[in-house]
Amino acid sequence: MKALVKGAGVAGLTAAYELALRGAAVTVVEPRSDPTRAASWFAGGMLAPDCERESAEPIVQELGLGAADWWDAALPGHVARAGTLVVAPARDAAELARFAARTSGFRTLGEAEISELEPDLAGRFRLALHFVREAHLDPRAALTALRGRLEAMGASFVGAEAGQVSRFDLTVDCTGMARAASDPALRGVRGEMLILRTPEVTLSRPVRLLHPRFPLYVVPRPDHCFMVGATMIESESARPVTARSMMELLNAAYSVHPAFGEAEIVETGVGVRPAYPDNLPRVTQSGATISINGLYRHGFLLAPAMAQRAAQLAFGNSRTRELAHEAHG
Amino acid sequence: MLSLYGRQLSSRLLLGTAQYPSPAVLADAVRASKTEVVTVSLRREMAGGQTGGQFWSLIEQLGVAVLPNTAGCHSVKEAVTTAHMARELLDTNWIKLEVIGNHDTLQPDVFGLVEAARILSGDGFAVFPYTTDDLVVAERLLEAGCQVLMPWCAPIGSAKGPLNIDALRTLRGHFADVPLVVDAGLGRPSHAAAVMELGFDAVLLNTAVAKAGDPVAMASAFGKAVEAGHEAFLAGMLEPRDMAVPSTPVIGKAVFS
Repeated sequence: MKALVKGAGVAGLTAAYELALRGAAVTVVEPRSDPTRAASWFAGGMLAPDCERESAEPIVQELGLGAADWWDAALPGHVARAGTLVVAPARDAAELARFAARTSGFRTLGEAEISELEPDLAGRFRLALHFVREAHLDPRAALTALRGRLEAMGASFVGAEAGQVSRFDLTVDCTGMARAASDPALRGVRGEMLILRTPEVTLSRPVRLLHPRFPLYVVPRPDHCFMVGATMIESESARPVTARSMMELLNAAYSVHPAFGEAEIVETGVGVRPAYPDNLPRVTQSGATISINGLYRHGFLLAPAMAQRAAQLAFGNSRTRELAHEAHG
Repeated sequence: MLSLYGRQLSSRLLLGTAQYPSPAVLADAVRASKTEVVTVSLRREMAGGQTGGQFWSLIEQLGVAVLPNTAGCHSVKEAVTTAHMARELLDTNWIKLEVIGNHDTLQPDVFGLVEAARILSGDGFAVFPYTTDDLVVAERLLEAGCQVLMPWCAPIGSAKGPLNIDALRTLRGHFADVPLVVDAGLGRPSHAAAVMELGFDAVLLNTAVAKAGDPVAMASAFGKAVEAGHEAFLAGMLEPRDMAVPSTPVIGKAVFS
């Protein structure tokens, strides 16, 4: 089978990988002039199915549970399995109770256990939730490595124009927001993030800071870098980060550790997440075209499951569960 | 029937649209609550001068009246500008006016609020001012042209419920003919029922529904509580007394004590 995958973000690359594993001859076309503008370039890289259950449908948790294993198998060494630490400022203890009531798979830690797990957070929080089976990865390193892995498997990468040259048995459309014009159900959810660099703080796992207004997270990256993210704004605008959002992001980092006040701001970024009204992804087939879209804030978490589903559709073996928004009321 | 700036409404619950798990859950919650008015925050959604196109069409598809708000505005100028943008974008002269005075408690800046209300009323807006439970501020807002008042009962999102019943009672007592909508601070359906029992005309809430374990079920619960409270107010409630009053007559029975 000759397959054309449109889009080289996390949806496209994971789909290409699943197809290549099954023996397809894969060509990946990146319609964007600059691949670092894909939404997944700005992702947190958290593989956090249990935490996401706080606001996501049960199916997100169910499908996301396999993500860490998938990434580990595809890219050995990229996945850090250290869990997620969820904390709240002392006066927002009610947020922690609310979060705990809506999630599972965590241990409740006291001060001593927190400092054992994250020594730099010693004395900063009285209570924390440790989601033990969660993991994280560096999205940019993972995307780059996955691309390398695909090339090693014989997949070819071409620019926008080259995609038209030869004929394909199958097209997999993973172009995200670019499809919004032809898919009216798709909307954008703007996310702003920044990358801080400081040698003064060491974290081994993502830290989520609960706050009634600005729940944000800090994810450790290599080279003393930390990704701080991400806002959720109902807008398709990809314009630069606003001062207000920057303030919120910096406040969150500062609340996790005051040393972030002295950190360098290495980068600010804005991504527009493609989402459907129920915030669940869709894999759809129309003739010889399969589309994966609507990964919302769950790109790295759900792309593997969506890619597997697309590959099963492509190879005529579809026994996967229908993804559907659960009926309410 | 409730009448807000000439619009007749059969539901006395107004619902905010922020913080839901997804637009689909929001839509289900709006239906379950039977609300006819939703508030939409403009500032954030207009990042970069454009609205979240698809989100707006989802809101429009709800088929209910949209009350844009100036949430997040800390000055008169910001609030007035936001109101004008809202009128252009959404083709409505309704505006829920918020001028925040304190970042931590999100307490309204009542001085700025009155000033902005005067400007916007003069510009032809139907102003729904988010205010405190202060009687004199309420009078000033009416003088400024407001025909609806929206006092808080506790800080926004705090879920504390009515903190100062006396002040709410005073407002109701003084402004018998002005529609009064309790806006902000409600956490539970019983809170909503309690203020409706005081004779308030409607309630506006967001977080208590959006952040509930099941927002759709909670929306329905609030809808019922608001209705129950209003019905109870109309029915006339018993005043508490110190002495027990049996519901079956005791006359004619032997009394041994």
